[in-house]
Amino acid sequence: MYFIDPHVHMISRTTDDYERMTRMGCVAISEPAFWAGYDRGSAASFHDYFRQLTEFEPMRAGWSGIQHYTWLCINAKEAENVSLAREVIKLIPEFLDRPNVLGIGEIGLNKNTLNESTIFQEHVDLAVRMNQQILIHTPHLQDKFKGTHMIVDMLRADSRVQPQRVLIDHVEEHTVRLAKDHGFWCAMTLYPTTKCTPARAADIIEQYGDEQIMVNSAGDWGPSNPLAVPDFIQEMRKRGHSETKIKKIVYDNPLQFFSQSKNFQFKSPDITYGAGKP
Amino acid sequence: MSSPQTARQILDRHYLEIRSKILDLAASLDRVERAAEDSVKDDPRLAKLRSGIELLLTPGTDRAERVQMLFSDAYVENWMKK
Repeated sequence: MYFIDPHVHMISRTTDDYERMTRMGCVAISEPAFWAGYDRGSAASFHDYFRQLTEFEPMRAGWSGIQHYTWLCINAKEAENVSLAREVIKLIPEFLDRPNVLGIGEIGLNKNTLNESTIFQEHVDLAVRMNQQILIHTPHLQDKFKGTHMIVDMLRADSRVQPQRVLIDHVEEHTVRLAKDHGFWCAMTLYPTTKCTPARAADIIEQYGDEQIMVNSAGDWGPSNPLAVPDFIQEMRKRGHSETKIKKIVYDNPLQFFSQSKNFQFKSPDITYGAGKP
Repeated sequence: MSSPQTARQILDRHYLEIRSKILDLAASLDRVERAAEDSVKDDPRLAKLRSGIELLLTPGTDRAERVQMLFSDAYVENWMKK
């Protein structure tokens, strides 16, 4: 089955991972800007990072036949440094017309601080002014419920925000309703030690339905698995869910959400590969 | 939307997996107790874990959500106005 991984940090992965993803049916990915494992010292570092995400990474993904899209921002963790964050936000507009940029992300909260909230709202303002879609990181572990609630509060307080153009990521059992009830898209992250497992993600689908929801690997430099979406497909198949339903979650839904971005010029694998569907 | 599987099928498939998870939990708690020092006796994390285990024995179809909430910070209403 073809799938799209809507959230994976491929700059932290090898070309072998791209190859394996292709063999498992991956046809496109989207890569939000994130924390590199250390705090960067200057806005210039982010400028280089944005070039990597918009120049080299799409080319490298293309070597394996994968279409690469990206989202730009300064992540929530480094947003605690407000002055650096504002410098980085000023850099973003020059990249927004690049052909693989889908919008602003992954913005959000990390420790739910006021500084993080300030920069989150400034990113949202930029996105709205530049007519960009938004991809949102929600905090992990004990911070998640409170942080997701705060994020929804900030989005709802800005009347310019169109919920159907916003994706709230890393939802779990206690936050999925917060996103869905207010009309936002949401995604579950399949991550081995924190976040969701494929089985729990399938449980959430069974409880809350398959509308405006997707799954991703968030593969990065930590313990993670860029083949987590195929694991979810397998879990759904074992439970007896139809191929149509599974495809809706791993392929149709990301396509529908991303298609709202003017830069999303997706090439169907049916055209690229002809009849040779995996 | 619900599971296409019957309860019997789910139990058949997951019985050994659930048993293994209970064993893992039991062994982890044994490990803490074997190395017990007074310093962890009053650790609030142990109390949280006990509450989580007790929660598993309550009925319902929302145990996972309730466990999540047990381990979550409280949300403060009207935080933006402060």
